[in-house]
Amino acid sequence: MRYHPLTSEDRRIMLAKIGAPNIDALFRDVPKGALAPLSAFELPDTQGEMEVERALSKLAARNIASGGAPSFCGAGAYKHHVPASVDHLIQRSEFLTSYTPYQPEIAQGTLQYLFEFQTQVALLTGMEVANASLYDGSTATAEAVLMAQRVTRRGKAILSGGLHPHYAETVETVAGLTGAITRATVTPGKAEDIIALIDEDTACVVVQSPDVYGLIRNLRPIADAAHAKGALLIAVVTEIVSLGLLEPPGAQGADIVAAEGQSIGNGLNFGGPYVGLFATREKFLRQMPGRLTGETADAEGRRGFVLTLSTREQHIRREKATSNICTNSGLCTLAFTIHMTLLGEEGLSRLARLNHARASALAERLAKLKGVELVTPSFFNEFTLRLSRPAAEVVDALALKDILAGVPASRLGGADDLLIVAATETATDDDFSALEAGLKEVLS
Amino acid sequence: MSLNNQGRPTGAGAAETPSTPTTISGDRGLDHEEVLIFELGHGAVGVDLPDMKVSDERLGGMRRKAGIGLPGISEPETVRHYVRLSRMNYAIDAGLYPLGSCTMKHNPRLNEKMARLPGFGDLHPLAPASATQGALVLIAELMNWLTSLTGMPAVAMSPKAGAHGELCGLLAIRAALEARGEGHRRRILVPESAHGTNPATAAFAGFTVDEVPAMPDGHVDADALEAKLGPDVAAIMLTNPNTCGLFEPRVKEMADAVHKAGGYFYCDGANFNAIAGKVRPGDLGIDAMHINLHKTFSTPHGGGGPGAGPVVLSERLAPFAPLPLLVHDANGLRLVETRGEAPEGAQPFGRMCAFHGQMGMFVRSLSYMLSHGRNGVRQSSEDAVLSANYILASLKDVMSAPFGDGPCMHEALFDDSFLEGSGVTTLDFAKAMIDEGYHPMTMYFPLVVHGAMLIEPTESESRESLDRFIHVLRELALEAKAGKTGRFEGAPHFAPRRRLDETLAARKPVLRWKPPPLREAAE
Amino acid sequence: MSETRYTDQHEWVRLDGDSATIGITKFAAEQLGDVVYVELPAKGKAVKAGAEAAVVESVKAASEVYAPVSGEVTGANDALSAEPSKVNEDPEGAGWFFKLKLADAAEFSKLMDAAAYAEFTKGL
Repeated sequence: MRYHPLTSEDRRIMLAKIGAPNIDALFRDVPKGALAPLSAFELPDTQGEMEVERALSKLAARNIASGGAPSFCGAGAYKHHVPASVDHLIQRSEFLTSYTPYQPEIAQGTLQYLFEFQTQVALLTGMEVANASLYDGSTATAEAVLMAQRVTRRGKAILSGGLHPHYAETVETVAGLTGAITRATVTPGKAEDIIALIDEDTACVVVQSPDVYGLIRNLRPIADAAHAKGALLIAVVTEIVSLGLLEPPGAQGADIVAAEGQSIGNGLNFGGPYVGLFATREKFLRQMPGRLTGETADAEGRRGFVLTLSTREQHIRREKATSNICTNSGLCTLAFTIHMTLLGEEGLSRLARLNHARASALAERLAKLKGVELVTPSFFNEFTLRLSRPAAEVVDALALKDILAGVPASRLGGADDLLIVAATETATDDDFSALEAGLKEVLS
Repeated sequence: MSLNNQGRPTGAGAAETPSTPTTISGDRGLDHEEVLIFELGHGAVGVDLPDMKVSDERLGGMRRKAGIGLPGISEPETVRHYVRLSRMNYAIDAGLYPLGSCTMKHNPRLNEKMARLPGFGDLHPLAPASATQGALVLIAELMNWLTSLTGMPAVAMSPKAGAHGELCGLLAIRAALEARGEGHRRRILVPESAHGTNPATAAFAGFTVDEVPAMPDGHVDADALEAKLGPDVAAIMLTNPNTCGLFEPRVKEMADAVHKAGGYFYCDGANFNAIAGKVRPGDLGIDAMHINLHKTFSTPHGGGGPGAGPVVLSERLAPFAPLPLLVHDANGLRLVETRGEAPEGAQPFGRMCAFHGQMGMFVRSLSYMLSHGRNGVRQSSEDAVLSANYILASLKDVMSAPFGDGPCMHEALFDDSFLEGSGVTTLDFAKAMIDEGYHPMTMYFPLVVHGAMLIEPTESESRESLDRFIHVLRELALEAKAGKTGRFEGAPHFAPRRRLDETLAARKPVLRWKPPPLREAAE
Repeated sequence: MSETRYTDQHEWVRLDGDSATIGITKFAAEQLGDVVYVELPAKGKAVKAGAEAAVVESVKAASEVYAPVSGEVTGANDALSAEPSKVNEDPEGAGWFFKLKLADAAEFSKLMDAAAYAEFTKGL
């Protein structure tokens, strides 16, 4: 088989060296009857590349890719143009097939880019220190709540009603074990009065901006109110490109930032793998979950990088670890940092302005349609529309015409008549026209 | 100059490097030094985008006031930067990676091509079901492979990594106990040889950890485990084959015992590569097991991630699988994403993360499975076990294998007794391997053995490759034992960096680049 | 006249009247390797013998430091936060961790004296 270098002759020689009569002799500790015959597995046999490619291509062809159709889906995952060099670079053998950098002398490539990544994330979010990435934005948010519970020694977490429902559910599943999680209710397009819910038992308040409906939130008053009661503000960002145009959470008093980095460097991939960004204040450093890369020197005095403060982690601290996490997002993290490097200050700023310009133009056009009302007064590249027909039906009808009109809020447990629409730099004027015409037809 | 284990100099003296001429540039032939992007950035640009003016009208007064501080570099400079960085890394493509419990097998490139088909790579997770049937069918096919190989009825697909899968399994167990009115069961039995994620995850999920000792032969003390069972035990967490590279012969007995005591059996599937296609964990009595797609099923390690950790579940635990659930209805396949829509009998304990799981790793794994077929998967496991035993048999006369009297599974465990009195530690031995062109094996794990060295060759090595590796380890071991410690002192000598000062990094953490004026202020 | 005793968890206690100074032994410091961080108890905290009172971290390990005797914490060695290396340089002197007011003298006399501790570590 093409992935097996050992030949029958090799196996014969190796068994002889070991002194075993056959391969099953090496499985002698397996209980009788538990060595399964091949026939026990109702699965196909070896196939060549061509057959595998054919089978998988058939499955891929049955899906509507965002690049192949007018696509306005967002709600936590965004289609952006990733420059060609990014995917080319992450497939270099030394990045693709290397392991976690536990032997720093032969992993300086990985360690240096992680150090650069940590710096980029800290700069973007306006925070003092960032880790080397977590799995995704939702688990990063859950980890942030757990960290706030540790730091404040309190259990109660208040989640804004504008927090992505998948994120809220993830927090409830994981952090609900160590404290009471309250979800505030929000009227889509408005900020809820979350300050009124903060008390002396509150560990943290979790606010997403722009929120799941697209609304841009002002975090400063919430941060101040939380601090006055000894609680922390956790700011969540699901569209990281927004930080190219909007005030970062760090400048508004956030104590922890949990964000989704998928928009930069990483494709939609039907939901994963993505990359969780996590940043906080220097004073909370030792309570931070996940890997950290630090600068040091080698025996010849040359600058180098190592994984550090590992004693917080599972492989050392075991049951007292800050988290059980063992991996980071590796290649997705690399893709993020390469794309961010190509963008730079000017590129990110232009990308962000372009996104907002496109979304603003689309919102204006669609708001003029009969049966369509714009719900979000301020937004970055995503806004919510109230439709005269259930949004899920509208989306399904337009999908039959190969138009991905957006995400119905009902898909996330919200109201039936709301449609969440994202427009990035990848949406063309023809795409706009197609959506406009489609909506006109379906809503008439 | 001599160095302690953390790379800190402990005495005066010149570094023991072979004398090489110094260069003007500081580079040496193809070995290039590379600065940070922040030190390269100079106002160039790596992308071409229009310079739009946008009004404040729809920004809610939250327009950014200050700059970010990111450097600006062109595309050629960016490419060169990352190519140079890549060349400082060891990788499976370049050499044998004997890391025990990590399963560093070949990463087939077909998998990369398949994952990048636009129908998978460019598919939005919340696109309507009619637009994603191909993806849902792929997930269903992968679920079929996983349940078939493990002999289990159900599988939860959303966990993003092995440790995340462990959490999923334990939360399912917790939910099952609560549903039975037995939420008071809070104790989990974990072998002292377990990987750190096991107790960390158990504590995370709200359980207390009770350690079970190992026997002198490397197996879990089944009698001690059974004696610790009681009405407050929620589960046992075992790794099988275990972290010493041995199959647990009394695994079925332990499974029966914990079930009789009203608990569950969580199995850490990190070592599945020893038995996939040959033994079905379901036949051994497990209730839940996470599978590391990035180990057994070849998805790339990528310098530390991303992983994927789907969890197979028994009949008892299947009802508690987290959202989302994949179901068939009149229109085809659909994801059930809220408790309200869950089918009859399903009691999901919640959600592990946003969206549906690591689709990119699902495509790669299925591509691997379809390529290998059931016979290829079985052959991989047999070759992995054969190769580890070949290494054990070839080295146990010069290195010390605490459990070397019998066969091992897919990994061979050595300890540092053979180095006693030599002045060479497991760490020194490992660093000397770097000079020989090998990534060191897993060191100091499992903790039940002193100075552990855990070697897992996988099925991807040719016999020539294994022979070369064996020869080098043999010579290193003989030299160390003969007191010829020159190679080991201050190793590695030939890597892009000498030993790095980890103490300094931990005592004075510098976790990001800071622009020069700030740096001076800090000093 | 002060007397020093030792525990099987490798802590030392030096008693002056009813004031006990506590740290980790030279043996423990050597096993740990370079200490990078210590977490010390707050003044006024009441600790019971055998309970976790502090944490000491090296690059590769983190260990609990248990209170060898019961009492109320009267002070901690704050110098260790800037210079954790003191624990390696002088573990049984300048590298002390915390002081407490002894609650029960009997607990102190139950601990190993220097000779007994030396015997104990020989066997490890």
